Amino acid sequence: MTVTAITSPDDSRSIKRELTRSLRRRKLQAFVLVAPLLLFILFMFIYPIGGMLLRSVYSPDFARAMPATVAAIAEWPGSGTPPETVWAGVARDMLALQQRNEAGPVAAALNVEMSGARSLVLKTARNAGKLTAPYREAMVTLDPMWNDARIWQAIKRLSSPVTPRFYLAAVDMKVDEAGSIVSQPEDRQIYRSLFLRTLLISGVVTLCCLILGYPVAHLLANLPLRISNILMIFVLLPFWTSLLVRTTAWIVLLQKQGVVNSLLVWSHVLTDETRAELIFNRTGTILAMTHILLPFMILPLYSVMKTVSPVYMKAARSLGANQFVAFTKVYVPQTFAGVAAGCLLVFILAVGYYITPALVGGESGTLISNMIAYHIQKSLNWGLAAALGAILLTAILALYWTFNRLTKIDIIGLG
Amino acid sequence: MEQGRSIVHFVNVGKTYDGERLIVDDLSLEIARGEFLTLLGPSGSGKTTTLMMLAGFETPTRGQILLNGQEINRLAPHRRGIGMVFQNYALFPHMTVAENLAFPLNVRALGKAEVEARVIRALDLVKLGGFAARRPAQLSGGQQQRIAVARALIFEPELVLMDEPLGALDKQLREGMQYEIRELHQRLGVTIVYVTHDQAEALTMSDRIAVFDQGKIQQLASPTELYEKPRTSFVANFVGDNNLMAAEVDTLRSDHLCSVVLEGGAKVIAVATDELMPGQKVMLSVRPERLRLDPDAGAGTSSRLKGVIEEIVYLGDHMRIFVRTANQVRFLIKAANKEPHHGLTKGGMLTFGWSAQDCRALPV
Ligand SMILES: Nc1ncnc2c1ncn2[C@@H]1O[C@H](COP(=O)(O)OP(=O)(O)OP(=O)(O)O)[C@@H](O)[C@H]1O
Ligand SMILES: [Mg+2]
Repeated sequence: MTVTAITSPDDSRSIKRELTRSLRRRKLQAFVLVAPLLLFILFMFIYPIGGMLLRSVYSPDFARAMPATVAAIAEWPGSGTPPETVWAGVARDMLALQQRNEAGPVAAALNVEMSGARSLVLKTARNAGKLTAPYREAMVTLDPMWNDARIWQAIKRLSSPVTPRFYLAAVDMKVDEAGSIVSQPEDRQIYRSLFLRTLLISGVVTLCCLILGYPVAHLLANLPLRISNILMIFVLLPFWTSLLVRTTAWIVLLQKQGVVNSLLVWSHVLTDETRAELIFNRTGTILAMTHILLPFMILPLYSVMKTVSPVYMKAARSLGANQFVAFTKVYVPQTFAGVAAGCLLVFILAVGYYITPALVGGESGTLISNMIAYHIQKSLNWGLAAALGAILLTAILALYWTFNRLTKIDIIGLG
Repeated sequence: MEQGRSIVHFVNVGKTYDGERLIVDDLSLEIARGEFLTLLGPSGSGKTTTLMMLAGFETPTRGQILLNGQEINRLAPHRRGIGMVFQNYALFPHMTVAENLAFPLNVRALGKAEVEARVIRALDLVKLGGFAARRPAQLSGGQQQRIAVARALIFEPELVLMDEPLGALDKQLREGMQYEIRELHQRLGVTIVYVTHDQAEALTMSDRIAVFDQGKIQQLASPTELYEKPRTSFVANFVGDNNLMAAEVDTLRSDHLCSVVLEGGAKVIAVATDELMPGQKVMLSVRPERLRLDPDAGAGTSSRLKGVIEEIVYLGDHMRIFVRTANQVRFLIKAANKEPHHGLTKGGMLTFGWSAQDCRALPV
């Protein structure tokens, strides 16, 4: 290709075309470069989270299992017992379920809505072959519970694939038999207090990390580089050992027959009978999580403190402030961006923490994420797990947004 | 200087950071009340260190520093009541201009009304009345500098230290600020200790200048004296342009003059600055503007030399002519553009001279 000056309009048009083509090629290159990451994020992040959010409000399994019932019950306004068409639909669906041997999940789903419904459904399904029209009499004869209006309301609620019930359950509420939203009975309320406990423990862990991390970060930022590099290795050391190993180490240290308790007994602070419960409770969770999350506080603090010139402290001192005033009024405010970043990071990580509380938390130290894991792995109530997760996600996003707003104001201020 | 007039007194102060090299070496210096004293010197000569010892951020390894007659070697910085302006202003970025100015007043627990009044007065003093609510980052370099000066003055210290306060400003702004600082000094009567390595700045602003080199004061004198009568070749060279020639004292004369022999063998009359001995090695120093292009015209020319013009630089109001003599000494001549200089061409020969009074023999 030779380089020539653009002379005619024809020339210039072809140059333009050339340019667009080369730009397009460059864009395509850029896209190809980021495509793997994009795909990864799409399939590993956006798709599952989207799926989870969907699952928390959308539960079509019941409707799919009972198609005739769902079609018939749509007409019924919801008071008293439904007309014969609905009864007939239930009888037909039960028969189909029995033949496919799939009555179990339907029974379980209905049982969540109304206790006792499981045996009712299973019994009806077992005897579905023997039911004949008129179905109302036949079913009531089989089990008088069918005469209870509440079971029909429960069926009606379940027949709609879009449902608020997982979210209600996640905040310890439910739709009662009369169709109004009420709190769960006291003894069945767990999630609200668990959310509160999660926030509380995360807050305490964040605070502990801040109190422990701030002086360390300050030291690291102000020591000569050679020494601070060595100390930095100590800060980062925990990252190089497995989380599991570190958590187990805490168990070794803190358990009743562990190192700490034995030392205390040996030094007569405690006796063998009064060994302290340091682990498998809230204390254990807070201790172990503070240790594990500390680097996440120190690193952002350090990076911000590195940028705060020591000359500001000198200026403050020369203007008449003593060491304390200079530190609190001049130094600390300039590190707020780091404090905010560190706190946010630690808090968000803590709120979602799972392994450590599961291992050392015991009864009183488990967090909401342990409950989510339970519903996903054990109870298989994925809708509820999804709702709990979505609430957690929303809370974190709200928190992030607030912090972002607050720190942005500050950062604009700092220029 | 009697006790009452001196505000700061350095008594044989020495400072070392590593226990080996003396950064400040046996410094003795009295600073008069109300004086504008400049510490001038090349980079690393210990100016900042001296200032930091006075401010209280470094402790002297040796000797004493007296403030108003009291030893302050170990007094904490915030108890000294010394204002300070830093090179990069050190305005607190998280505070507004008004909060910055109020800071020294608030730590002194002044009343709210008093603080407000003083902040307004200070802003007026530096002609930045409308800027109270701005953040430092929203100010230009020159404006930040003025706020920094106002903040150092607002608590009415007797003594203000400035460490290269204009170093980060461009030339024009710097000249404006030099004038303003000078004016503030005269108006308020505070004592200012000013650090710079810009000799022109030192000359225009100071009452007295202490020239530092390697931790020692080479000369402490008024700008005129420093320029006209440098005592060492270092000072002669550092302050203003200068022509230096190695020479040896031949004979001493009674009238502060001496006769010296240049390296080429030529004999020259020069002012003997110190107690010189015959045979002593000296440096002859002549200011470029004191060299005459027409040595025969004016009276009083005592020495003349001949050389080849190497370069002529035209600068409008004056010309700089570089001449190399037969024994390879390079001279710089500043010729004022008063009348046309004809016949000056690169490569041509030039005879120039100077009067004995303008030539100083400095001990080396
Ligand atoms: N905290 C310190 N520790 C060790 N050496 C130091 C320290 N501060 C300064 N020095 C050394 O002391 C010498 C003098 O430094 P100083 O800052 O006083 O010079 P200066 O005259 O202000 O120079 P400049 O014009 O470059 O600011 C330098 O060689 C410097 O390396
Ligand atoms: Mg300096």
